[in-house]
Amino acid sequence: MAPRFQGIDFYDGDSLLSEEERAVRDTVRDWVEDELMPVIAEHYLEGKFPRELVPRMAELGFFGANLPEEYGCAGLNNVAYGLIMQELERGDSGVRSFASVQGALVMYPIYAFGSEEQKKRYLPALASGELIGCFGLTEPDYGSNPGGMITVARETADGWVLNGAKMWITNGSTAQLAIVWAKTGPIEDVSSIRGFIVPTDAKGFTAKDQKGKLSLRASDTSELVLEDVHVGKDALLPRSGGIKSPLMCLTQARYGIAWGAIGAAMACYDEAVSYAKNRVMFGKPIGAFQIQQVRLAEMLTEITKAQLLCLQLGRLKDRGTVTPQQVSLAKRNNVDMATECAREARRLLGANGILAEYQAMRHLANLESVYTYEGTHDVHSLILGQEITGLSAFG
Amino acid sequence: MKIAVCIKRVPDSETRVKVANDGRSLDEAGVKFILNPYDEFAVEEALRRKEAAGAGEVAVIAVGTAASQETIRTALAMGADRGVLLQADAVPADGLAVARALAAELQDGGYDLILCGKMAIDDQSYQVGPMLAERLGLPCVTAVTTLSLEGGKGVAEREIEGGVEVVEFPLPAVVTADKGLNEPRYPALKGIMAAKKKPLAVKPFDGGTVGVAVTGMGLPAERQEGRIVGEGAAAVPELVRLLREEAKVL
Ligand SMILES: Cc1cc2nc3c(=O)[nH]c(=O)nc-3n(C[C@H](O)[C@H](O)[C@H](O)COP(=O)(O)OP(=O)(O)OC[C@H]3O[C@@H](n4cnc5c(N)ncnc54)[C@H](O)[C@@H]3O)c2cc1C
Repeated sequence: MAPRFQGIDFYDGDSLLSEEERAVRDTVRDWVEDELMPVIAEHYLEGKFPRELVPRMAELGFFGANLPEEYGCAGLNNVAYGLIMQELERGDSGVRSFASVQGALVMYPIYAFGSEEQKKRYLPALASGELIGCFGLTEPDYGSNPGGMITVARETADGWVLNGAKMWITNGSTAQLAIVWAKTGPIEDVSSIRGFIVPTDAKGFTAKDQKGKLSLRASDTSELVLEDVHVGKDALLPRSGGIKSPLMCLTQARYGIAWGAIGAAMACYDEAVSYAKNRVMFGKPIGAFQIQQVRLAEMLTEITKAQLLCLQLGRLKDRGTVTPQQVSLAKRNNVDMATECAREARRLLGANGILAEYQAMRHLANLESVYTYEGTHDVHSLILGQEITGLSAFG
Repeated sequence: MKIAVCIKRVPDSETRVKVANDGRSLDEAGVKFILNPYDEFAVEEALRRKEAAGAGEVAVIAVGTAASQETIRTALAMGADRGVLLQADAVPADGLAVARALAAELQDGGYDLILCGKMAIDDQSYQVGPMLAERLGLPCVTAVTTLSLEGGKGVAEREIEGGVEVVEFPLPAVVTADKGLNEPRYPALKGIMAAKKKPLAVKPFDGGTVGVAVTGMGLPAERQEGRIVGEGAAAVPELVRLLREEAKVL
């Protein structure tokens, strides 16, 4: 049996964490080792989200863990929250995606833009896993440019009617409620975008599983269609307004992804080190050859840099001074770094590296999605480019 | 149900142990410390008893350095109600000194049950539970894998060579936990936050005269590398010869 995952900590980063941050990390790490690792490869191959794990994740407090206790959440700081994402993604990006969506893209907007009544009604149920949510922003023709969306919400006497389609929606077929972003004014008016809490059993709402994915196979990705979906007045998130609102949610999720990517990279590095020490070729462990040592040295270097980057990012977020551009830099760097680690680990493992029995190729395939969602790598380059030069290169 | 659990901070079983420069203690640099796994069974059992009874208190008591507060908070995060640290510069190697200090702390506490791990994985002395029972004048059942309590008495199962032994005893009693007693819970994230607010008393350790001292510590000799003598049936004669002549096990 493989030894339990011990984390990768070359710079004694543990000494920069508080006792409770480490305790949180260890709980998630143990859970991943004991309950996720034994089943993940099988779910991945079957293309199935391990939904049966949701109650335990909820019970341990993994959902919306940085939101306040009064709404049934754990009330952790953002570093502890980041460590949860790191450990979950050490297991699988799909499972981390589930937690990211539930916490940062469903619970967070209700917390940030919802009425007190909406918060009391939904947040405890989402924290306890009783309710599962999804976040519908992307559309078939509007990916990197969500402001162009054509989903609309029209006000009626007793509420709203929504029409449109959303693509690539994580948890879309699993969720009982969807946070749907729609324009309440003319199609050109980006400032009229508002968020709605839409029950997925509403008449006119359909979700269809996205078939044929070669990445994030242990995650539910679906297309949502809204055809004259009637919702009450209380479905509107009253304090949402403009494209800025969904982007604020994305900043929360991207923050977690920056941490999550470290987890995937650590898993691949850990696997590569152990393989390099044990696989004998030309009479020596392959780890004794310089080429493989360079691979491992690069991985460890990049992981260590990413860890320190995220830790400081988390401290800035806890201080309340973090900027979306700082989050972009970390998402861009860390996901790219993790993808490279996964690719190099896969190669180091030779033929075994293509098997689901090992982790590297699963992580590599997953990370290609993570590289694309929540702002593609390119989009984050443009965000940084604009920050640096003051010139927008988007449109 | 008022239950006390004695717990110890120990190096993680997956730690690579190094001996410190003094030649008789552990080099703690880079070592991860955990709640002794057998004590974890004891804490879990206490929490289940309290939950089943619907009321009561679980107190955890440790003898250790200031760092043991973290270990106590792990138990508090699992759900224990309060902690006591009997703080020492180092945990004495003498189990009797530890048992004396624990007994002094526990004797007037009015506990219905005192739980310990059957041993600590670091020094593996198996001493503290039985000695504590002796100091308190209570019955002691060691290495328990099943426990039931009813009407002021307990019934426990212990694994013995080739079978199971069932014993009965009056409460209060000292019971030491073995692997298999239960599956300990992970500290939930809310529990970790709540632990910070639970009472943790720190008192000086007083174990009386210490009768045992560690004078040396060493690592076991490194194992020789394995050798492949051949493959299939053809290798058998050579293997048998080596087992007989070199390993001398046949
Ligand atoms: C598995 C998965 C899960 C997802 N989950 C969700 C979800 O839960 N909710 C949700 O709303 N969305 C979700 N998405 C959608 C995701 O956010 C989008 O795929 C992403 O924003 C990119 O949009 P697109 O795929 O339409 O690519 P496009 O925007 O069409 O981009 C195609 C390529 O063009 C590049 N490009 C685009 N614009 C520019 C530019 N201005 N300059 C230079 N290059 C540019 C991109 O970088 C990319 O390489 C998910 C996606 C995936 C793959």
